[in-house]
Amino acid sequence: MTVSRKIVLHFPAQVADRPIVCDLALRFGLAFNILRASISPHREGIMVMEIIGEGANQEKGLQYLREQGVLIESLSQDIRKNDERCINCGACVGVCPTSALFIEKPSFEVRFDGTRCIACEMCIMACPTFAMEALI
Amino acid sequence: MLRSYEEINQKIREGKAVVVTAEEVIEMVKEKGLKEVARQVDVVTTGTFGIMCSSGAFLNIGHTKPRMKISEAYLNGVMAYCGLAAVDMYIGATQPAKDDPLNKVHPGEFRYGGGHVIQDLVAGKDVLLEAYAYGTDCYPRKKLVTWINLKDLNEAYLFNPRNAYQNYNVAVNLSDKTIYTYMGILLPRLGNAGYSSAGQLSPLLNDPFYRVIGVGTRIFLGGGVGYVAWQGTQHNPSVERNERGVPKGGAGTLALIGDLKGMSAQWLWGVSVRGYGCSLAVGVGVPIPILDEETLYYCSVSDEEILAPVVDYSSAYPEGTGEVLGYVSYAQLRSGKIVIKGKEIPTFPLSSYQRAREIAQTLKRWIQEGNFELTRPVVNLPGVESGVRFKNLKERPVENYAGNLKG
Ligand code: SF4
Ligand code: SF4
Repeated sequence: MTVSRKIVLHFPAQVADRPIVCDLALRFGLAFNILRASISPHREGIMVMEIIGEGANQEKGLQYLREQGVLIESLSQDIRKNDERCINCGACVGVCPTSALFIEKPSFEVRFDGTRCIACEMCIMACPTFAMEALI
Repeated sequence: MLRSYEEINQKIREGKAVVVTAEEVIEMVKEKGLKEVARQVDVVTTGTFGIMCSSGAFLNIGHTKPRMKISEAYLNGVMAYCGLAAVDMYIGATQPAKDDPLNKVHPGEFRYGGGHVIQDLVAGKDVLLEAYAYGTDCYPRKKLVTWINLKDLNEAYLFNPRNAYQNYNVAVNLSDKTIYTYMGILLPRLGNAGYSSAGQLSPLLNDPFYRVIGVGTRIFLGGGVGYVAWQGTQHNPSVERNERGVPKGGAGTLALIGDLKGMSAQWLWGVSVRGYGCSLAVGVGVPIPILDEETLYYCSVSDEEILAPVVDYSSAYPEGTGEVLGYVSYAQLRSGKIVIKGKEIPTFPLSSYQRAREIAQTLKRWIQEGNFELTRPVVNLPGVESGVRFKNLKERPVENYAGNLKG
């Protein structure tokens, strides 16, 4: 069955310049969608992407990346809403491009749906109480 | 007149007062009609919870040995104003910490400021006081570094010169780049729209002509009890109003006062607004006594009937042109999208409707349980007839000024 999942890849400096992500398509028949990518001054890279394909092929593809030294995390662990700090103001809702943050009615509480999050970190900028946290 | 303040308070003491929130009363009036509900209901409670920049607290820290007339003080690194008597100071919500990078790298984070100090004090945390003085014959001491705690202070009261704005702008951005405002992060080309009033739950929108809210009104403030001290700064009753008396933009405001020692960190929340500064989110709730049908008529106003002006914060607002792009209702704003210039724009609130509701419910409970009686205003706030009007500064250029102007 074809499934889609979002993952965060951490590339160590020594592989940052190799096109290993393309191998996901070439060797394992996976489609991917890069949601966000950045390279730090020390040339470590972070890439947030969605991979689409057969579950078994996904596992093989990810295993291949791990062998190349890439660290893989699933996305929902990376952006978190700390409910202790959230005052339900809604300032984050206005900048979230995927409606991962939304106002639930009729309670008018602000909710976070990690499966829709692409880790753009806009909410982290917008939140006045630092309730939105990134773990990467 | 249906009932007096005395009669309402008698009922509160007996635990018989009928209290509903400003949200609940809307449906009741729709179902049963004004007359019937006015006979039944004694008090309607309102609430709002949002960032209110014009906030701060007066503190008296007690005298030191030897005595000291403090002229400069920092609380957790945030400057407090000391141009008062020896050990009195005022900490303002938007004062940033002295080592804050501000907007040098735009948009700044403003991680800690006066609002956070107030929240820490209310939470019972120890706060570091660093104070300096020039020394006098009767106040010789020049330096002090100590921990202070709210419970040890003589007086600590919140005094907010301007809270609970009666209606407000809806902020959008017509420019091509993201802007960082006190109305939140505004995305380019009408990418989103921020609004900040609690609408149908907001205190002054339920008493549009200030008939029952005035100087001396006892209120819910920051989780404790407070009072309306005066009209707030920029109080502007002369704004154009619709047929329900609801102003079509920012109008009346309240200056509020209350004992910080009775408040809670849940309802006084230090905040950091990206690129703009630090501030304080404040919870305010005001009870409205149903003295007559007219009071009920005004406080049964609903989000559909309250309109707010949409203003461009990339140009019209900073330049002060007064240009309005259109009017939208709070019902539209709360639905999650509005249409401006033919474009559908997602909306977001800055004040929490969930918390506004919780405040109105809490105040309702306090009154029902007999713990909160109503007060008659000592003086009314300036109303429409007062001629009071918000003015911009009339600049008068100073020729040959030799002072130390910056920039
Ligand atoms: S990181 Fe981006 S997508 Fe995820 S919740 Fe925050 S704003 Fe939404
Ligand atoms: S901006 Fe922060 S405090 Fe406000 S609703 Fe979102 S997560 Fe909660």
